[in-house]
Amino acid sequence: MSRGAAMLIMGVFTLYFLTPIWWLLVSSSKTGGDITGTAPLWFTADSIPTFFANLGNLFTYSDGVFGRWLANSALYAGLGALVGTVIAAMCGYALAKYEFRGREAIFNVVLSGVLVPATALALPLFLIFSQVKLTNTLWAVFLPSLVSPFGVYLARIYAAASVPTELLEAARLDGSSEARTFFTVSTRLMAPALVTIFLFQFVAIWNNFFLPLIMLRDQALFPVTLGLYAWNSQISQIPELRVLVIVGALVSILPLIATFLGLQRFWSSGLGAGSVK
Amino acid sequence: MRVRYGKATAAFAIVSALSLAGCSSGESTSATQDTNSCKPSSGPVELSFTTWVPGMDKVVDLWNKDHPDIKVKVQTGPNGNSGTYQNFFNQLQAGNAPDLGQIEYDALPNFRVQDGLENLAACEGVADAKDKFVDWTWGQVTFGEDKSVYAIPQDSGPMAMFYRADLFKEAGIKVPTTWDEYAAAAEQIKARGSYITNFPRGDVNWFAGNVWQAGGQWFSNANDKWEVNLTGKESEKVANYWQKLLDKGQVSTLPSFSDEWNASFNKGQQWTWVSAVWGASTLASGAPDTAGKWAVAPMPQWEAGGKAAGNWGGSSTAVLKGSKHPYEASKFALWLNTDPEALALANKLGGLYPAAKSAKDLGAFSGGVDYFGGQKIYEVFAEASSNVNPDFTWGPTMTKTYTDVSDGFGKATGGNGTLLDALKNGQQKTIEALKSQSIPVKE
Repeated sequence: MSRGAAMLIMGVFTLYFLTPIWWLLVSSSKTGGDITGTAPLWFTADSIPTFFANLGNLFTYSDGVFGRWLANSALYAGLGALVGTVIAAMCGYALAKYEFRGREAIFNVVLSGVLVPATALALPLFLIFSQVKLTNTLWAVFLPSLVSPFGVYLARIYAAASVPTELLEAARLDGSSEARTFFTVSTRLMAPALVTIFLFQFVAIWNNFFLPLIMLRDQALFPVTLGLYAWNSQISQIPELRVLVIVGALVSILPLIATFLGLQRFWSSGLGAGSVK
Repeated sequence: MRVRYGKATAAFAIVSALSLAGCSSGESTSATQDTNSCKPSSGPVELSFTTWVPGMDKVVDLWNKDHPDIKVKVQTGPNGNSGTYQNFFNQLQAGNAPDLGQIEYDALPNFRVQDGLENLAACEGVADAKDKFVDWTWGQVTFGEDKSVYAIPQDSGPMAMFYRADLFKEAGIKVPTTWDEYAAAAEQIKARGSYITNFPRGDVNWFAGNVWQAGGQWFSNANDKWEVNLTGKESEKVANYWQKLLDKGQVSTLPSFSDEWNASFNKGQQWTWVSAVWGASTLASGAPDTAGKWAVAPMPQWEAGGKAAGNWGGSSTAVLKGSKHPYEASKFALWLNTDPEALALANKLGGLYPAAKSAKDLGAFSGGVDYFGGQKIYEVFAEASSNVNPDFTWGPTMTKTYTDVSDGFGKATGGNGTLLDALKNGQQKTIEALKSQSIPVKE
C-alpha cells in the first residue's frame, strides 16, 4: 500500500474517533436551546462566555455535588489503581519467580478471572457486602477495584522476561530479604509493566459504572460516571440538566487524557524496549 | 455445615450469603403476615428514603426540622427503570431495602407480586387519607383490594393537548376537540409542510395513556389470576388510528426528548403534543423560541362532547418490605404527599404535580403561565385529572411489556408491520413473561 493511502485511512479513522469528542467540546459551549438549534459541529458567537457559564453551573448545581463526584472518582481510580497495581505486581512476580506446588493451578484460576465480566460479579458481591454491612460505603466500590486478574497475568509474563533469576540470587547472597529485593530491585525492572497495569486499572475503575450503580445509594459517594448517569436519567423532568451532563462528560474525560499523556512516556518506551536487541 | 478445605472458603462465603439472604427475606414476610398491625416504635427512629426527584432532600429537610424523633435520610439514584427498581429488588433480596422508596404506578404491581411492599392499611391515618387523593391514584396504590394500601400517591400525569395557538389561528384551522377533527387537522397541517405531532415510538406508556382514555384495560387481576389484554377493542381502535396517521406520513417519528425532537418543536414543525402535565416544563425548556405561542386544551375525544382523559406517568411513596418502622414511615409518606408546604416545594424543585386533591389550591397551580400566553393551564389539568378512569391496572412485568411493544412500534414506524402487530406480539410475550415468573395467568 502506498504511503498516501495509509495516511488517508489513518486520517479517516482519526476523524471517526475524534468527531464525538469534538462534538462534546462544541456542545459544551452552547446553551440548552442552542444545542438543538445551531450547527452541531461548530461554535456559536458567544461560545467562550457560555462555556464558562456552563462550567460554573456544573460546579455549583445541587451544592456543587459534581466536584464531589470528581474527587470520588479520583480516589477510587487513583488509589484503587495504585494499590491494585502493587497487589497484581506482587502476585505476578511471585508466580513468575518462585516455584511452589499449585503454582500453575493458581495462575490458571487467576487467568480465568479475566474471562468473567465484572458485571456478572456485581450482584453476588452486593449480596455478600450486604451481609457484612458494607453496601453504600466507600469500601463497596474500592475493595473490588483492587482486583486485576489481567494485571497479574501481565506482571507474571513481564517479571519472567525482565527480572533475571541470577540477579535475585546475587541479592540473596548479599543478604537482602525477599521483600526488599522485590521493592528495590524487581519493581524497577518491571516498571514499564507496572505503568501499563496502573493505566489499565485507572481507566477501568474510572469508567466503572455498574458496580457503583448497584452498591451506592448516597450521592455523596457516587463516582462521576454514576452521577452523570443519574442526571441524564432525569433530563425529561429537569431539561436544563442536559447541558450539565454534556459539560460534565467533557470534564470527566480530562483526567483520563491527562493520565494517558502523563504516563505515555513510560508506557510506549517500555513496551518497545528490547524488541530489536 | 463444616468446610474442610481452606480453598473452599470463598465458595462457602458466597453460598451462605445467598442462603442467609433467602432466610431473612422469608422471615420478614411471615412476621408481617402474622401481626398485620402497625404500631409506633419506642424511641427516636431514622428512616431511609430513596427517590430520584431532584430537590427532594430540601423537602425532607422541612420534615426533619419539625420531627426530631423521626429523622429521614434521603438517598438517590437514577430514574426507576434506569436502575433504581433493580436496586430495590436486589436490596429486598439482601434484606436491606430502604424504609421508603419512590415507585411509579406502573411498577407498583411488580413490587406487589414479588412481595416487596408493606401493607399500610392498618397504620394510623392511612385508610382515612383516601379522600385526600385523586380517586384514580388511590386505586393505583390499593389495587382495588379491601384493607390494603401499599403506597401513598405522590404525583400524577393527567394528559391534555398542548397546541400552537398562533399557528392554528393563522392557518384558520379549528383546534381539534375530537380525534376525528385531529386527523382532519393533521392532513391540513401536513399540506403546509409541518406535522400535527410526533408519534413517540419508544414511549409505550404514552400509548397506554391513550388506551386508558379510550376506556381500555391492559391488565386485570381477578381471583388471583392476571388477565392480559393488550389487544382489546379500545387498544385496537387507538392503534389503528395512529397507524393511519403514520401510513399517511402525517406524524413524525423522532425519538422523544431527543435533540432533534426538541428542535422540531422549537422550529415550529410540531403543532400539538398530547402529553402529561409535566410536559409543560419539557416544552418550555426544549422549545424556548416558541414561548407565548402555546396553549392547552383537553385531550381530543373519541365521542364529541366527551370528557375522558388519560394519564402518563406519576409515582407513589411506598414502604418497602422489611422496614422496621412502617408506622413512622407511613406518617412521613402522608406528610410528604399532603402537606401544602411540602407539595409546593416538591413542585418548585422537582416539577411534581401532586396526586393530592388540594393541589388546585396551591399558589403554584393557580396563576397564569407566561409560556402559555398567560393561560391558567393547571385548571385544564386539574379537570383532566378528575376525568381519568379510576380502574386502570398495570401489569406486574411492565418493563418487559414496554420493551417488547416498543420494539414492535419501532419496526412499525419503520414501515415493517403495524402498531397492532406490536401489541399482539407484546400480548404473547407478556403472557410468557408472567408464566416464566410463575405468576398465574388467565388465558
